[in-house]
Amino acid sequence: MRRALVAMLVLAFGAAHAGVLPDDRADVLYHLYDGGGVEIDGPSVLVRKKVGKSVSVVGNYYVDMVSSASIDVITTASPYTEERTQWSLGMDYLRGNTTMRVNYTESVESDFDAKSYSLSVSQDMFGDLTTLTLSYGLGDDLVRKSDDATFERPLDRQIYGVGLTQILTKNLISSLNVETVTEEGFLNNPYRVVRYADPLSALGYSFEPELYPNTRTTTAIGLRARYFLPYRAAIEGEFRWFTDTWDIEAVTAAVSYIHPWGDWTFTGKLRWHDQTAAHFYRDIFARSEETNFRGRDKELSPLTSYTLKMQAAYEFISDDGDPAWGFIKRAKVTASLNMLSVDYHDFSDLTALAPVGLEPLYQLDADVFQLYVSLFY
Amino acid sequence: MEKTTKSLARLLLPLLVVAGLSGCSSIEPWVKPYERDKLADPIMALDGDPVSVAYIQHVFEAREAAKGGEGAVGGGCGCN
Repeated sequence: MRRALVAMLVLAFGAAHAGVLPDDRADVLYHLYDGGGVEIDGPSVLVRKKVGKSVSVVGNYYVDMVSSASIDVITTASPYTEERTQWSLGMDYLRGNTTMRVNYTESVESDFDAKSYSLSVSQDMFGDLTTLTLSYGLGDDLVRKSDDATFERPLDRQIYGVGLTQILTKNLISSLNVETVTEEGFLNNPYRVVRYADPLSALGYSFEPELYPNTRTTTAIGLRARYFLPYRAAIEGEFRWFTDTWDIEAVTAAVSYIHPWGDWTFTGKLRWHDQTAAHFYRDIFARSEETNFRGRDKELSPLTSYTLKMQAAYEFISDDGDPAWGFIKRAKVTASLNMLSVDYHDFSDLTALAPVGLEPLYQLDADVFQLYVSLFY
Repeated sequence: MEKTTKSLARLLLPLLVVAGLSGCSSIEPWVKPYERDKLADPIMALDGDPVSVAYIQHVFEAREAAKGGEGAVGGGCGCN
């Protein structure tokens, strides 16, 4: 009760210190995902600027250009290309120790439209050692099918989040984030199929459309801590626990090391993720329509993924400023490579054309490359 | 019994409010502003590059079933 009262009073009246708005910056990024027969690349541009002393506006434009011949596509459909364009607009409003944020994001592709709205309130407290954030988001998607003009299915999403960032010591900062997402509507992919045993087929199996439940609620709890080492470098640990109403449980852990060297900053990161399967997932069903809900999306199968990240950033304009660069105070260029490897524990590689039940398990390797320039002004 | 509980609650509530207020004022920042130089170093920024962070989160959401808990409220990503 007392803690609740303290929290309520602090939230209501705030403390004496003032919060800060994010830095003015512009980022131009090129991204490339290459692996498993899928190549996705494109730009992302972000611009953030303060307007007066208490408002900061931000805009982002992002494009995915997809060329897909993934394992799903080559075993059950035809390779395709498509483009997804996303843009977002947001605003931060700072009043005393409180920051309010609103954001609108719209994403368009040939067979999927997504609109999302989010609102959050952050409160700095206890001498700015603690920041509490409450957030709410609303998603309004429309799923279509490229070969059926009459096919349109809605998908609604509500996102609730609570975040706490805490300075623990003069060398250690941590954050705790809890997020629950409820989704209702058409959650499966309109093209994806499941496999079932069929003695009448030459292969020993046939395919039929997948069918997911039309609701899903997920909960994720994420914990991070970053520590400034005795020399100028930092180490970070991350852990996330995830569960949902489809019986998927997942844990994700990562450790990072950040090492500056002159105008350079090098980052290395190891990430590990392990998950169980959705209750309606099968690599092969015993017969057609064996269960009420059916899925063979490899992302819903039990899997373990490993990621090694290597990143180098070079700051070519420093805070001390070079008048030749005008209003730009600081600038850097960053190259980043994430090498992702996924072991699927119950998803067979059908391209091996082995007898049913003897197919090797599928394994995915992908390189995720980013190159971006960041200007601070 | 119910009356006693109500009376007790009526008595305790102002005490709790006062206790809460005194608790609030007694919380002193144990890391002073002048001790936060290391925390202010750019290498300690938890989300230093928002464009890159958003992109890589999108990649993991597309390749794995888990999502969320990273501190930013997302939206529809067209990942299914």
